[in-house]
Amino acid sequence: MSALTRPFRVMEGELVSYRRTWRGTVISSFVNPILFLSAMGVSLGKLVDTGAGELAISYLSFVASGLMAATAMQAGAGDGAFPVMAGIKWRKEFFGAITTPISPTDIVVGRFYWGVIRLTFILVVFAVISVLFGALEIGHALLAVPPGVLTGLAFLTVVTAFTVTREDDTSLSTMFRFGIIPLFLFSGTFFPISQLPDYLQGFAYVTPLFHGVELVRKIALPDVDASVVTDLPIWVHLAYLTTMTAVGLLLSSRLLERRLKP
Amino acid sequence: MSEPLVRAKGLTKKFGDFLAVDSIDFEIAKGEAFGFLGPNGAGKTSTMKMITTVSPITDGELTVFGLDPRTEGRAIRQRLGVVPQEDNLDLELTVAENLYVYGRYHDMTRARIRSRTEELLEFAQLSDRAKSQVEPLSGGMKRRLTIARALINEPDLVILDEPTTGLDPQARHLLWDRLYRLKQQGATLIITTHYMDEAEQLCDRLVVMDGGRIVAEGSPRQLIRQHAPGEVVEIRFADGQIETMAERMTEVALDTEVLADRVILYTEDAEATQHELTVRDIHPEQVLVRRSTLEDVFLKLTGRRLID
Repeated sequence: MSALTRPFRVMEGELVSYRRTWRGTVISSFVNPILFLSAMGVSLGKLVDTGAGELAISYLSFVASGLMAATAMQAGAGDGAFPVMAGIKWRKEFFGAITTPISPTDIVVGRFYWGVIRLTFILVVFAVISVLFGALEIGHALLAVPPGVLTGLAFLTVVTAFTVTREDDTSLSTMFRFGIIPLFLFSGTFFPISQLPDYLQGFAYVTPLFHGVELVRKIALPDVDASVVTDLPIWVHLAYLTTMTAVGLLLSSRLLERRLKP
Repeated sequence: MSEPLVRAKGLTKKFGDFLAVDSIDFEIAKGEAFGFLGPNGAGKTSTMKMITTVSPITDGELTVFGLDPRTEGRAIRQRLGVVPQEDNLDLELTVAENLYVYGRYHDMTRARIRSRTEELLEFAQLSDRAKSQVEPLSGGMKRRLTIARALINEPDLVILDEPTTGLDPQARHLLWDRLYRLKQQGATLIITTHYMDEAEQLCDRLVVMDGGRIVAEGSPRQLIRQHAPGEVVEIRFADGQIETMAERMTEVALDTEVLADRVILYTEDAEATQHELTVRDIHPEQVLVRRSTLEDVFLKLTGRRLID
């Protein structure tokens, strides 16, 4: 077995467990977009669109594109947090895996592959539901899936690295409360960051979900103007998220090695 | 003699300033059931982890199958079966799926895993549970499944870290029976335990560890003969008498140990010792005479202090 095929064995293990637990997660993959798009997109959207809004597109389209990235972030961060804590602390199955030819790096990479599959599924579902809501066009919505997946992977890898250094799930809840939720609310998902006070705008530029939202939105809604998105070129977002993913992968592999092989 | 399966020389493990394993030497031959005995914290598990290649060696030499764990960890692990101290089964999966995942980790084909799973579940007496989820299984069943999982790749060496800790007597005996069968089939076993009866039942040869060092080595019989000859007289007194009585007992036996609730006399002739007590006008409340066991060796070598 080579360094390339071993992680697939870890991914296969994840698939086998997923066969047992898929129901809950699949239902939320369908239900969450419907709830969010009805509440925020349709209902709140009516208010926004009839007000003195400056958006050149419907609020529903705006929010759908933003939520696609935000959903990827939440799924990626979730996969990097609790299952990883289970592997090192609760069930300790990672400690078992490394007594076979599997290494900590194989675990990290295998879970990364699995993340690609899971995020792709979640985002395709999201894209299709957005189309059914009339928020996005099918072609553009599907084109926005890969950038969405990249956004999710950036969070998956960095959150994995963080989790590996933690001892319990209180620090994970703290991370969600003070990291993921503020990002969710202030990264341009629900309103253009031009609405933020100037000093916060600059801050938003360096946060990861902002780049995810911008990237997905620029691809899902290619004709939008400066009232909706910033004029940063797409490659900046791609470079940001790719770098974050690569650093996350490297860090989590190193840290997991240290954690599992003291 | 053929090359030993595992050879350690000056093997040392430090965690920061803490010396977990302090320069130990041992050799384990093919086909042997080799025991590491010791109280909690003696360094048994650290030693196992170094052999399993999941804990880097701090100092000294270690070879497993003649390979260096530092550079050839994966090649070593391919031929190992590991039963960790704490079960780390995937509780959401079925019994058979747990074996499947490990078979795949070992690069086995699906067909091979299927046939091997059948054999192993029969061996572990879990055949009728193949499709059950692991979560609700009893402790003994989970343990047997962990052992079956460790055997999926037909390992040349099986490492069992406290295989029966926490199990009830029935489950322990069933497990011993399985391990004994494994031994009969020619497997090489390394077992750590703090149960003396387990070591006596299963181990051809063992080392006693305490505080990171090896304090004795030999077969169970050799160790008993060497460190706790013959018979043991255990005597109890009414409250508060132990100290004064113990002072009067010098030279009634080969060796005397005074505990909080009783005095232990190691002797070659229990009857003579009892007679000697009467002569000295020592009249205990209770006297128990028995053959010395590995437990006596263990307690003598590692002390009777409470370790936690």
